[in-house]
Amino acid sequence: MGKNNKTPEQKQYEKLEQQHETKRPVLKNCIKAFFVGGTICAIGQAVSYFYIYFFNFTEQTASNPTVATMIFFSMLLTGFGVYDRLGQFAGAGSAVPVTGFGNSVISAAIEHRTEGFVLGVGGNMFKLAGSVILFGVFSAFVVALIKTIVIQWFGGGFQ
Amino acid sequence: MLAMFFWAFVVGGLFCVIGQLLFDVAKLTPGHTLSLMVVAGAVLDGLGLYEPLMDFAGAGATVPISSFGNSLVHGAMQEAQAHGIIGIITGMFEVTSSGISSAIIFAFIGALLFKAKG
Repeated sequence: MGKNNKTPEQKQYEKLEQQHETKRPVLKNCIKAFFVGGTICAIGQAVSYFYIYFFNFTEQTASNPTVATMIFFSMLLTGFGVYDRLGQFAGAGSAVPVTGFGNSVISAAIEHRTEGFVLGVGGNMFKLAGSVILFGVFSAFVVALIKTIVIQWFGGGFQ
Repeated sequence: MLAMFFWAFVVGGLFCVIGQLLFDVAKLTPGHTLSLMVVAGAVLDGLGLYEPLMDFAGAGATVPISSFGNSLVHGAMQEAQAHGIIGIITGMFEVTSSGISSAIIFAFIGALLFKAKG
């Protein structure tokens, strides 16, 4: 049965469901996400300044070690169970920064440890983050392909 | 330098607000939201818009997950300019290697060190 072939009873129930659904406090959630996400990015900025001043990175190249350091922080916070609580409070504020990507990989790895290192940790590590990698890589492939063809056919004018 | 912290905070915060709106208003799951943001980052870089944002906001643009899409396109384009079409495949992970490899390495160390709670 397809999505649109609902019986009248099902439609009625959907209406009832919508009436009783608790309204999400969108504004409050957005404010929380803004402050937590902003704070994580400000910490990231501090880390990248650390790499610029103490190890000879430029502002362009500093983003790579910064991302790695942020994921390291996220490992510690995930391991001690702090990141889950932060996630409940901040919603997207902790999920959208790269630390959320790290958290999803690390928490899956820790959670499935009991199933063994090969089948548990290895097999489930990218259970949640896999979709990010898949769609990132595929869309990057399409974008880069289009851009390369445009540049090769029309000269360098489109860079 | 203080201005940079301020813009990193504001721009990073705004990325998270967009994510939160996709959670709450569009009712997407976190997986869908993050995938969408990575795709958006890749497309923005294809249009040449992500680079100026990174110059302007620093970590505010590089720490959110959309920068992952941006650096994938960036690596692919770098190699594509040097080696043609095949460079898209060979260069894909060139810039973004630090994110993926650190996630794998730290996740394994984390699994060795910590036990699941609850």
